[in-house]
Amino acid sequence: MTVEAYTVDGDLMTLNMGPHHPSTHGVLRLVLEVDGEVVVSCRPDLGYLHRSIEKIGEFLEYPQFVPYTDRVDYVCAMNSNHAYCLAVEQLLGSVAGSEVKIPERAEWLRILFAELNRISSHLVAVGAFAMDMGAFTPFLHGIGLRELVNDIFEKTCGARLTYNYITIGGVAADLHAGAEAEILAFCDTCEREMVRFNRLITANSIFKGRLAGVAAVSAADAVSYGLVGPNLRASGVDFDLRRDEPYGFYSRVQFEVPVGGAFAGARGRVGDSYDRFVLRCIEILESVRIVRQCLEQMPKSAAKADDPVGGWQVDANKQLRKPPRGEVYCRVENPRGETGYHVVSDGSRKPYRIKIRTGSFTAMSIFEKLVPGLMISDVVAVIGSFDIVVPEIDR
Amino acid sequence: MAECGSKAGNRDGEQLALTCVDDFLNWGKENSLFYLLFATACCGIELMQTGGPRFDTDRLGMIPRPTPRQADLMILAGTITHKMASRAHLLWKQMAEPRWVVSMGSCANAGGPFSKYSYSVLNGMDKFLPVDVYIPGCPPRPEALIDGCMALRERVRRFRALGIRDRDPVVIASASPAPVCGDQGFKPQRPEGQG
Amino acid sequence: MSRQPLDAAQIHALVVERFPAVTLERSENAQPWLKAPADGFLDLARFLKDDPRLAYDSLMCLSGVDLATFNLPPAKPVPPPKPGAAPVPPKPAEPIKPVEPSLACVYLLHSLVHRHRLMVKVLVDRNAGVVPSVESVWGVAGYFEREIFDLLGVGFAGHHDLRRIMTPEDWTGHPLRKDYVYPTRYNGVELRRAGQRFEDGPYAGNAP
Ligand code: SF4
Repeated sequence: MTVEAYTVDGDLMTLNMGPHHPSTHGVLRLVLEVDGEVVVSCRPDLGYLHRSIEKIGEFLEYPQFVPYTDRVDYVCAMNSNHAYCLAVEQLLGSVAGSEVKIPERAEWLRILFAELNRISSHLVAVGAFAMDMGAFTPFLHGIGLRELVNDIFEKTCGARLTYNYITIGGVAADLHAGAEAEILAFCDTCEREMVRFNRLITANSIFKGRLAGVAAVSAADAVSYGLVGPNLRASGVDFDLRRDEPYGFYSRVQFEVPVGGAFAGARGRVGDSYDRFVLRCIEILESVRIVRQCLEQMPKSAAKADDPVGGWQVDANKQLRKPPRGEVYCRVENPRGETGYHVVSDGSRKPYRIKIRTGSFTAMSIFEKLVPGLMISDVVAVIGSFDIVVPEIDR
Repeated sequence: MAECGSKAGNRDGEQLALTCVDDFLNWGKENSLFYLLFATACCGIELMQTGGPRFDTDRLGMIPRPTPRQADLMILAGTITHKMASRAHLLWKQMAEPRWVVSMGSCANAGGPFSKYSYSVLNGMDKFLPVDVYIPGCPPRPEALIDGCMALRERVRRFRALGIRDRDPVVIASASPAPVCGDQGFKPQRPEGQG
Repeated sequence: MSRQPLDAAQIHALVVERFPAVTLERSENAQPWLKAPADGFLDLARFLKDDPRLAYDSLMCLSGVDLATFNLPPAKPVPPPKPGAAPVPPKPAEPIKPVEPSLACVYLLHSLVHRHRLMVKVLVDRNAGVVPSVESVWGVAGYFEREIFDLLGVGFAGHHDLRRIMTPEDWTGHPLRKDYVYPTRYNGVELRRAGQRFEDGPYAGNAP
C-alpha cells in the first residue's frame, strides 16, 4: 500500500534487514532508509552466499559440474540439472552429425521429475510466503506435502534434496518399482490438499486484504527488469518457455499457462503480490496435470535394452565426449522462472566459462525501484512473493 | 584453553553442592533447546523439513526462534562464506550463555564441496565458533540432524553451570589442528598451583 | 510487423544501416553474434530495443567472459609422481599474456514481440576497459553490470552505483579472470584448513 501524498522530511533512519532475517529466506541483506514506517530507499546487499560456483565450473569436467547445479537452486534441483544438461547437450550437438540422442523414456522421466520438483518448490514458496505474512499453518501443509515428493525422489535417485539425477544424455536411473502408483497417489493427495490449502489461505479474506495491491509491477517494468517465470506472468505477460520455446517433451503435453489478473478483487491490481501468490497455486495444479500426462504417455521401461534411460555421453572408446569449441545459451523454465546457462567451450574436457542466469538475481534488480514508498512490513511481502532463493542470487 | 573454567566453581566441594541444582537446570535446558533459525543454504531446507510435520522437532522441545537472544542453540545449516562469517559470529555473540553450536552439513563442517576450488567459502565454521556437534552429510538427513540433537542433549546433561561461566569464545583458531573449544569448555580443570 | 523471426543476417543488415562498425561473426559452432565496438554501444542498445522490426525488449543474460586463454593450447596434465620419488613441488604458473582485447561482455537479447534472439558481444581491454552502461535501456542490466565489474573487472560508464556485488568490498582481484590468484588469507583467517593439501587446483602447494 503506497502512502499517497506523504512528504518525506525530518530524519531518516537506516534499517538493516538481514543478512540474518527470518523472512529473507537465507542470507539476503537489504539496507532500508525509513521515514517512520515508510521506506524511502532500498539497497540490496548481495553476496553473503557467493560460493563461486561459476569459477568452480572452470576446474571440473562437464559431468562433474552437475552436482553443483543442484546447489545453485536447491529448492528445485531437478530443474537446475535439466537446464545445465540441456545446455551441454546443445553444445555437444551443435556440430552436424553429433546430435545427442536421448532415449524416449529418459525424456519423459526428465519432465516428469522436473514437474514434480516444480510442485515441491512452489509448495515451499507459497507456504513460506504465507508464513512471512504471519500464518504458520500453511507452511506446515506445504512442507508436509513436500515430504511426499521427496519420498518419490529418494526411492528413485537416492537423495532427498540434491539429486544429481539428470545426466548429460539421459537420466541416472529408471523409476523404482511401483513408482507409477506412488506418483499417481501423490497427484491425488496433492489435488485434495490444494483444495484445503486454498480454502485455508488463498481464499482467506484477511490474507487477500493484506496483499491486495501491494507492490504491483507493471508489465513494462517486469520485462525491463528481467522478471521471469511466475513473477513475469503475474504482471500480465503471457510467456512461458515450456510452451513458447518448448524443450524436451513439453510440446507433447497439454497445460494452461496462468496469467495474472488482479485476483484479489476490487483493491487488487494486476501484478500485485497476491497475483504472484495465486499464480503459484495454479501452477501446482497444472504441474499435476503434466505429471499425469507423462505417466500416461511414457513408454513402459524396456525389459532388456542395454540402457533404457541414457546415462553419460561417451564415445566409441568409452571416453566422455568432448564438446566442440563454441558457445551456447540455453534456457529453461524453472519454478523461479527462466534459468539460463551460457556455456563457453574451448574444446577441452572442462568448460571454459559457465554463466548461470537465474530468476532470483534479476528479480533483485527491481527492488531498488519497487520498494521505496512501501511500508516496512510490505517489504517482507515483496521478498516472499518474488520467491527469492538466495544461492540463486549469489551462486 | 587453559583458563577455561578456571575461575569459580571448580573446586570439588562447590561442584558437589551444585550437582542437584545442575541436574535440575539441565533437565530444563535439554528439554527446551530453542534453536536459532539460521539457514544459509541447502541444508537449511532440510532443517526446515526437520522442523516440519513429519520429523517434528517440537516434540524434543526444539522450537525455532527468529532472534538469537531467545535461542540456546545455533544450528549452522549451510555454507558460510567469508562475507558471512563475521555476521555469523556476531549472531553467536548475541546469544545468551549457555549456548551451543551444531554444525550441520559438510559445508559448515569443513567447506564441503566448495573446499577445493572456491575462493569465497570458509572451510569450516569452527574457525570462528566453538562447535559442539558436527553432523556430516550433504545435506544430512533429518534423522541425522535429530541424532545430532540427541548427542547434544547428552552434552547438555553433563553441563556444569559454574564451570563454563568464564569461558572465552575462541575466535579464529586458524593454526589449531582440530576444534578444541567444544569439549574442553565443559570439563572443569584445576587451575595451576592448586592441588 | 511480421511474426516471422528474423535470422542473424537479416538482423545484421538492419543494424548495419545505422551502425556500420557492427560486424556479424560466428562462433566455431555456428552460433551467430554481432560484434559491436564499445563506443556508441548505448545508441546501439537503444536502437535494438526501440526499432519496431527488432524490438529486443528483454535482456536475457549479460555474461562476461575472459578470453585470455581461450586460444592457447590446453595445459598438459601433470603426470602422477612415481612411487618412491620425492614429490615435485608444483611449478608456479607462467603469467598469461593475453591478446587484447581479452574481455568480452556478451549481451543475450530476446524479443517478446517477435520471439527472436540475438547475441551481441563487446570486446574490451583488460586494463581500463570501459563499456557504456545500458541500465537506462534494460533495467536489469544494472545488476548484471555490477556482477561483471566485480568478477571480471570491466568498468561501465554511466552506471549509477558501480560497486562490488558478490565479493566483500575489500576483496582484491577479479575472481573470474583467468589469471586470478587465489588469496590465502582473508579477514585474518587462513582460507585452507590446517594440514589440508591439494595436489592440483588453485590451492595446490598453498596449504599452510
Ligand atoms: S553441505 Fe551440501 S547440502 Fe549442505 S549447504 Fe553445503 S552444499 Fe548444501
